[in-house]
Amino acid sequence: MLLNIKNLHVEIDGKEIISGLNLGINKGEIHAIMGPNGTGKSTLAYAIAGREGYEVTKGEIIYKGENILNWEPDKRANEGIFLGFQYPVEIPGVSMTNFMRTAINAQREYREQGSISGKDFLARMEEKKKLVEIHTKLTSRSVNEGFSGGEKKKNEIFQMAMLEPTMAVLDETDSGLDIDALKIVANGVNLIKNEENAFLIITHYQRLLDYIVPDFVHVLYDGKIVKSGGKKLAEQLEEQGYEWIKEEFERVS
Amino acid sequence: MNAEDQILDKITSSDYKYGFTTNIETETAPIGLSEDTVKFISAKKEEPQWMLDWRLKAYRHWLTMKEPRWAHVKYPKIDYQDIYYYAAPKRKEGPKSLDEVDPELLDTFNKLGISLDEQKKLAGVAVDAVVDSVSVKTTFKKTLEKHGIIFSSMSDAIKHHPDLVKKYLGTVVPYTDNFFATLNSAVFSDGSFVYIPKGVRCPIELSTYFRINAAKTGQFERTLIVAEDDSYVSYLEGCTAPMRDENQLHAAVVEIVALDNAQVKYSTVQNWYPGDKEGKGGIYNFVTKRGACRGVNSKISWTQVETGSAVTWKYPSCMLIGDNSVGEFYSVAVTNNHQQADTGTKMVHVGKNTKSTIISKGISAGYSNNSYRGLVRVTKRADNARNFSQCDSLLLGDKCGAHTFPYIDTDNKSAIVEHEATTSKISDDQLFYLNQRGIDTEDAIGLIVNGYAKEVIKQLPMEFAVEAQKLLQITLEGSVG
Repeated sequence: MLLNIKNLHVEIDGKEIISGLNLGINKGEIHAIMGPNGTGKSTLAYAIAGREGYEVTKGEIIYKGENILNWEPDKRANEGIFLGFQYPVEIPGVSMTNFMRTAINAQREYREQGSISGKDFLARMEEKKKLVEIHTKLTSRSVNEGFSGGEKKKNEIFQMAMLEPTMAVLDETDSGLDIDALKIVANGVNLIKNEENAFLIITHYQRLLDYIVPDFVHVLYDGKIVKSGGKKLAEQLEEQGYEWIKEEFERVS
Repeated sequence: MNAEDQILDKITSSDYKYGFTTNIETETAPIGLSEDTVKFISAKKEEPQWMLDWRLKAYRHWLTMKEPRWAHVKYPKIDYQDIYYYAAPKRKEGPKSLDEVDPELLDTFNKLGISLDEQKKLAGVAVDAVVDSVSVKTTFKKTLEKHGIIFSSMSDAIKHHPDLVKKYLGTVVPYTDNFFATLNSAVFSDGSFVYIPKGVRCPIELSTYFRINAAKTGQFERTLIVAEDDSYVSYLEGCTAPMRDENQLHAAVVEIVALDNAQVKYSTVQNWYPGDKEGKGGIYNFVTKRGACRGVNSKISWTQVETGSAVTWKYPSCMLIGDNSVGEFYSVAVTNNHQQADTGTKMVHVGKNTKSTIISKGISAGYSNNSYRGLVRVTKRADNARNFSQCDSLLLGDKCGAHTFPYIDTDNKSAIVEHEATTSKISDDQLFYLNQRGIDTEDAIGLIVNGYAKEVIKQLPMEFAVEAQKLLQITLEGSVG
């Protein structure tokens, strides 16, 4: 198993947000996590990426056979964990090119591969820009500065394509996208996906899953996965909303 | 200690890589300051009587002055009698060629990455190197002479171009100007002199490298740049000093005169020894820099990257006298550990349609204090004066301080003066974002800080820009969370 989350409990400022979450992901799989707002979807993403302030009080996150809870965020990234941010930040004055080159070289250095040559780097930029249909005028700007909401999300997929992660977590990458941008994002994921990597797609809406077909759909509610199924489950949620999940959950507990 | 504080601690304790001393025999004036010291210096330099008289006037005036205390910096009282006012690498005669320059000295410059030899031709930079008090070597003199450009040590200029020196010295910064400038006027020992004749565009960058080497020695260099009508020059200044436990005084004066349509670009990368982690030692950098745009359509542009010194007190300024003249000030000042900087500019609009731009980026880390102090003055007859000021402060950690003291003083209703200021911290969001892409926290800070300072760095000539970027990162190495 590539990623195995066992009985995970996560607190923010002493308040428990994730309460005993279990999730296993194999290479070559796409998992979708759905759920109403405020149930801990983003918290799960940050806990996997190791963000400070997201305190794991119980449980384990096993990645490639190792418990990664003590790993710094940059180590997790260098080991192939990628987080596509819901709200990508702007970094004024730092060009996308400089940022991407620094990131790729940091990861290559970690893996003892030596720095990428200027020529190879530019070739990779060109190739991946086409993949996500991102315009050169964006990649020559400062990181996310002056990007529209849709451009920022496309830029996350572009970075993912550049870094070729093993485990990609996409936190509501679809929110705020029009249908064309949504297709581009989905297309990017489909092209990057292979037998050696895996995706965890966090989304509030089913519509992204029309373009990215998940192997598993999980419903997160009240800090736990309360229901899992196939693509059908996503369709059911789209039709019936989350109310029946809440009712079912409250009846059980 | 949490992870952030540990990183903070580590970054703030990085080493100063120019801290070596060179074993060169030096010749010094007797310690302390008196009329005899002034006479000693003047005699050493075989100066004409008028120069000595000017020095003595300055010295006598200095005795009546008090050290300024209005800057937002704290340091123990300086004992002006416990400083050597003149130190020079010992030699029989001035070196006629590179072969005659002390090999130890050449080695020093090689360590600093400044080659005084012909290699510099490739880079196209003419260098004047000043160690302690005297200029040791000026390269490219011949090439420059072809264009009628004078680029020499101040001592040589006093000897060989006395009329020019007499005409302009002290006309921008008079010997009565302020405590430190007056002290400099009395005891300045060398510096650079630049003269660009009418209609000449200086084909290469001119550069002076200042190095304090001897212990307990003050450095008082004086630079004068004169750009005649329709001329252009870009001048660079770099500086380093050895690590010493005691504080050393550096009180320089730079004067620039720009006549009709002349343009002068003055860039500084200031990296004097900042003192150690506990704030012990380091240079007191009390500098007066001022340019006078005397001619119509003239332009003076100051760019500074200030990373060194224990205490900095420095306000490169522009007197915009000629109509349509332009003054610019681009500054990045970084303070770390216990460094203190009070720096900024004065833009004085006198002529009509004069314009000034101020871009100041302060970065504070550790226990340091970083202040921007600026004055924009628009005088009565300066119709249609325009100023734009932007003063940004970036804080790294929570033990440092950033302060802004902008003064605006306008006597003309047509003036448009804009001031923007921001204070920010490197956000956890930004750091986490970069970390998540595999970039460690130190490199992430380096990226963010260089991005923040980009507007100023891009004003520097290319090779200086690269050096400045590295310097910013090194200065802050280990400093943030």
